[in-house]
Amino acid sequence: MTYFAFMGALEQGFAYGFLVLGVYLTFRVLDFPDLTVDGSLPLGAAVSAVAISAGIDPFVSLLFALAAGFCAGMVTGILNTKFGILHLLASILTMIALYSINLRVMGRPNLTLLGKPTVLEPLTNAGVGMFNAAPLLFGILSVLALLLLFWLLHTAFGLAMQATGANKQMITSQGVNTDRIIILTVGLSNGLAAASGALLCQSQGAADVNMGVGTIVAGLASVIVGETLFGHRSIGRALLAALLGSLVYRLAIALALSLKLGNFSFTPSDLNLLTALLVVIALTLPGLRRKVLRR
Amino acid sequence: MIEIQDLVKTFHRGSVNEVLALAGVNLQVRRGDFITVIGSNGAGKSTLLNCLAGSYPIDSGQIKIGEREITRWPEHQRATLISRVFQDPLLGTCGPLSIEQNLALANRRGRVHGLNKGVKRSDRNLFRKQLSQLGLGLENRLKDSVGLLSGGQRQALTLLMATLVKPEILLLDEHTAALDPKTALQVLELTEQLIAEQHLTALMVTHNMRQALQLGNRLIMLHAGRIILDVSGDEKSRMTVEDLLEKFYAVRGEEFVSDRMLLV
Ligand SMILES: Nc1ncnc2c1ncn2[C@@H]1O[C@H](COP(=O)(O)OP(=O)(O)OP(=O)(O)O)[C@@H](O)[C@H]1O
Ligand SMILES: [Mg+2]
Repeated sequence: MTYFAFMGALEQGFAYGFLVLGVYLTFRVLDFPDLTVDGSLPLGAAVSAVAISAGIDPFVSLLFALAAGFCAGMVTGILNTKFGILHLLASILTMIALYSINLRVMGRPNLTLLGKPTVLEPLTNAGVGMFNAAPLLFGILSVLALLLLFWLLHTAFGLAMQATGANKQMITSQGVNTDRIIILTVGLSNGLAAASGALLCQSQGAADVNMGVGTIVAGLASVIVGETLFGHRSIGRALLAALLGSLVYRLAIALALSLKLGNFSFTPSDLNLLTALLVVIALTLPGLRRKVLRR
Repeated sequence: MIEIQDLVKTFHRGSVNEVLALAGVNLQVRRGDFITVIGSNGAGKSTLLNCLAGSYPIDSGQIKIGEREITRWPEHQRATLISRVFQDPLLGTCGPLSIEQNLALANRRGRVHGLNKGVKRSDRNLFRKQLSQLGLGLENRLKDSVGLLSGGQRQALTLLMATLVKPEILLLDEHTAALDPKTALQVLELTEQLIAEQHLTALMVTHNMRQALQLGNRLIMLHAGRIILDVSGDEKSRMTVEDLLEKFYAVRGEEFVSDRMLLV
């Protein structure tokens, strides 16, 4: 793998890090399988791209993206808790609705940011090379997000959030409205996914309505790979594992794409197949390891 | 004072599986009453407690706690006044969270769970003190996750959590039934101690008639969704297990007779 491919993988790993932390919140903490992210990631990209095109500061556009994703997630949460729609179905409904909404937001299937300012500008202006600037900035931002989540999960609200995922009866009998917790947490998770989308569109220079396809699978793959490699005994460990999982996942994909066997090589269109394989390996690895060690 | 009026609850209403679980329950609980609840399987004991706590919506009737009419309150809102311990020791505590985190949640029962620190240092001293009365050594294991505890330890912890913030009424549904006899006795003693110390109002479901007579100041017997016996004070203390069995078979017998009449 070339240095550029390596830095590119880091850039992607950190940019998707927000999404992966969000997926960890819904799937693992809340036990709420949420597919909304396939729509909220491109929503974040669309909102950020439109905002920047309208002359809004790129960093402020991140906040707009976050807020938009938060609202999208809340819709899924409300459909589930207030309308009694199964979580998986509720999230699929929001996801497909978002496809139309994202087209409305952009007014066309894709929007380029060519020549427009991005969050990377302060760094590149200071002389940091483009290939280093993105991994550096996204790394700092995603570590900040991780620390914020670590803090949040240890607040009274965070404890109630964890209990809502683990034992709804218990936390309800402690006077907590689990509906509210679910709505806010799914909102937060999608806010994070949208932030990923906003960062990606700024580093890639375009927002595309189809950029969300397979987001949830990639997010879940990262969470599972992280858990398998780095453990998840405590909240801090699990959050770190999720972020590292995102990096490992992107590096593994980059490695596979750079692989050449004779005149065979993978193309980006093989990405979904590779992801599925990676998840299967990560899911079966702990069991295999145990079996081998027992012998 | 807690007033339950004409409480009716049907499961699977309108289907062939329709069950009339509560057929018009009337009960006035005085402040400080410790009521033991007995009755055969399916009599409606758990349903009564669940309807009080708001786990199920009721068909008709009214529930008042003090001046507050809570019939339409959702379960989490009722939890500000009502606390409970379940038969299943896993249900009352949160396994992945630590002992101190579980206690911290219980310590905020009925208040907003906001963005302040989950477990504060000052809380820890309180928790240690409270846990030490259990005599289980849990005061030295504040950071252990509750999933590591035994059923009895979890049930004792649940009991502590249910009384950390004083409830208007404590609901206990066969909370020692899933424990081995020795642990069950310990948890029962703890129950008595906590109720006496804090002058709690409590409803305790049990299948053990001797226990039902020994504990509390009042006893009710449920049958087919109705209260068929309500004794308290001296009348209760004079009662024997035989008396209870007699009452029990008396209603059973009636049913028997009416069944036979139907056949004829
Ligand atoms: N969730 C439910 N769905 C359907 N029917 C139920 C439900 N809960 C209770 N019932 C029915 O209501 C009736 C009363 O049940 P309940 O659990 O209150 O009895 P109980 O007195 O607690 O009995 P036990 O001593 O066995 O615990 C029973 O016929 C039962 O089958
Ligand atoms: Mg029962």
